[in-house]
Amino acid sequence: MSPRAFLEVSNRRCARLADVPALEAEDLSNELEVRTRDGWRIVALFGTPETRATLRLTAVIARDDAGELAVASAVVGQRYPALSARCRQASRFEREIAEQCGTLPQGGVSFKPLRRHAPDHAPIEWNVVRGDREAYAFDEVVGEEVHEVAVGPVHAGVIEPGHFRFQAHGEEVLALEIMLGYQHRGVERLLETSDRHHATLVAESIAGDTVIGHASAACGALEALARSRKTPRAQAIRGIALELERLANHIGDLGAMSGDVAFHPASAYLARLRGECLNLLMTISGNRYGRGLIRAGGVAFDIPNDMATEVAGRVERLREDLAPVLQLLFDASSVQSRFESVGVVTRGQCVANGYVGLVARSCDVAHDVRHDFAYGVYRFAQIPVAQAWAGDVLARALVRRLEIQRSLEFVIEQVSTLPRGAERVECGRLQPLEIVVALEEGWRGEVAHVVMTDADGGIRRHKVVDPSFHNWPALAAAMTGNQISDFPLCNKSFNLSYAGHDL
Amino acid sequence: MLDLLRNRFRQRTDPVPMPATSASLPPRFRGRPAVLEASGADASRSLPVIDLGCSVFAPEEFAEGSRVAAFTIDYRMAVRTREALVTSTGEVELAAALDAKMRALLGRSLRLRSVAAGSCGGCEAELTALGNVVFDMARFGVQFVASPRHADGIVVSGVVSANMREALEKTYDAVPDPKIVIAVGACAISGGVFRESAEATGIPPSIPVDLWIPGCPPHPLTILDGLLRLLDKVR
Repeated sequence: MSPRAFLEVSNRRCARLADVPALEAEDLSNELEVRTRDGWRIVALFGTPETRATLRLTAVIARDDAGELAVASAVVGQRYPALSARCRQASRFEREIAEQCGTLPQGGVSFKPLRRHAPDHAPIEWNVVRGDREAYAFDEVVGEEVHEVAVGPVHAGVIEPGHFRFQAHGEEVLALEIMLGYQHRGVERLLETSDRHHATLVAESIAGDTVIGHASAACGALEALARSRKTPRAQAIRGIALELERLANHIGDLGAMSGDVAFHPASAYLARLRGECLNLLMTISGNRYGRGLIRAGGVAFDIPNDMATEVAGRVERLREDLAPVLQLLFDASSVQSRFESVGVVTRGQCVANGYVGLVARSCDVAHDVRHDFAYGVYRFAQIPVAQAWAGDVLARALVRRLEIQRSLEFVIEQVSTLPRGAERVECGRLQPLEIVVALEEGWRGEVAHVVMTDADGGIRRHKVVDPSFHNWPALAAAMTGNQISDFPLCNKSFNLSYAGHDL
Repeated sequence: MLDLLRNRFRQRTDPVPMPATSASLPPRFRGRPAVLEASGADASRSLPVIDLGCSVFAPEEFAEGSRVAAFTIDYRMAVRTREALVTSTGEVELAAALDAKMRALLGRSLRLRSVAAGSCGGCEAELTALGNVVFDMARFGVQFVASPRHADGIVVSGVVSANMREALEKTYDAVPDPKIVIAVGACAISGGVFRESAEATGIPPSIPVDLWIPGCPPHPLTILDGLLRLLDKVR
């Protein structure tokens, strides 16, 4: 491992593109293999057309416990030795690159499409074969007593579309194949070609339940590239909004999990309390999901004193209403017995595959961007990392419960001590030929936006990695050996985004 | 058991009355825009055309200080035709009820199948919220069902991505006649912020829409108001 293979960077600090090391594909593959075995994790790995006939692969890796972030790249032709042949964590990313850029990596594991769309980031001189949307090979389990249950893309409830194929023996799931891509809207292309205002609106629509998370990461990248410094007040308001978003989703998820085990009182009360979090966001931003709030340079809406008092009071009341319901949920033995030991993700699986966010925190992997790569308000108001160990549905519920308590405290404290200053400052032209990595701890986990600028300070590449991209395989792993009937509960305990994955 | 009862008394579970008073919405809420009164020399200017079907209700659309139009906190915006969403006064002709024959056929219930077809998940979240104790659409006989064969119609959200087009058409075909189609959100109506994307194909003409509900995402009250107007339960 050569010391200069990777350039050290940090969250929301720009680096010159010229300083990013360009390795041979074999060396990048080697580095990724060694480093992912040595405690590093792939944050993003993506292709950008370099010349008319070559592609630059850029890898962003992180060592969370040390708070280290690093980038390296390799310029390749259409055929190159597959990175995933040696580094298992690279395989999903490499499938994505093959689909987006039209590469033909040699010797990798599987290059079945992730989203089933035509390449939209291919070097123009490449002869790109458009994939067949129908062709889809996967490991089918065969045998006389094995059967397959296929579900979706139109599911039984009001849910986003995805196709699930359970290979089962009786009730026991032997393997779960998840096919996504139904929500693909061409997000990255739009982020790269739209003007700044429209691109912000697109960032708000990457995943409808992570409006604040994605918009903050996208704007954070632009602010770094424009050397725009947000005021402490703007940072605090963004933090409040992000934690309200976390509260709404965690409370809603606990309610939905409660409903899935037929414990209806908690499910009904939690659905209302989730709405109260959304209404708080609406009081601040005019929209229940916080749309319109996050803008480059700060926030579009201030929280004046009287509103701050009102918000603090309502959050306090929310906390009082929530406590007995959570008590009710976690004390019920019928709920405990259904949550426990179902859908287990092990620490080993998590580390090997690079799962993030609350899925990682519920199996003894204490990753949290707010702590490991602290930015904005989180540098001053640290939130302790919530953690559980068992990796089952109960552990994921417990992590949510802990995070709810900590986010409530955070919001009450921040809204009561808002620093003075403007809520928004100017965010001017972007510096040319730079790269920046903006990480945000959305409620599901790490939201990563990697932005590169061209010679004129325009956007050359805007890569988005939603936490669901890392975590969908965790759901398939957790279902193995469980009963089909436990799928709804297990699925709800992850509550992954289809839209965030499909882009 | 005692805990259950204690919680039952403690938690507020009263549904919001319909039609709701605007008092339930905060002053910053961005509902139906209104064209501001022109005064003096300004009076002769031509009125702007606002297409609620394209609007994502971003604060910049009618930025503060704009003399032309501003958002109001009126949540009622659902209409029966695409053209009715285009307005030069901000006023829209709110949805009329289904004809008497269709209403008689439905009786006191409306069963809908939701199809998310290239969305961000925001509209589905608000459709789900319609079932909670606050909006409680079930009290009006409205319910989402699992199978299109049990449904009176479909609710479409999202841009209709290339990958969902076939599934949407199959779901629509599986609903028995006569059937209703409801388009929810800017994406389903016009492509929303994804309008320029090659992946956004839009609701095909073979699926005629009966109710258009604008918003990004529409507030649950906006959706509920539209459904109740269709059923003649709100006028």
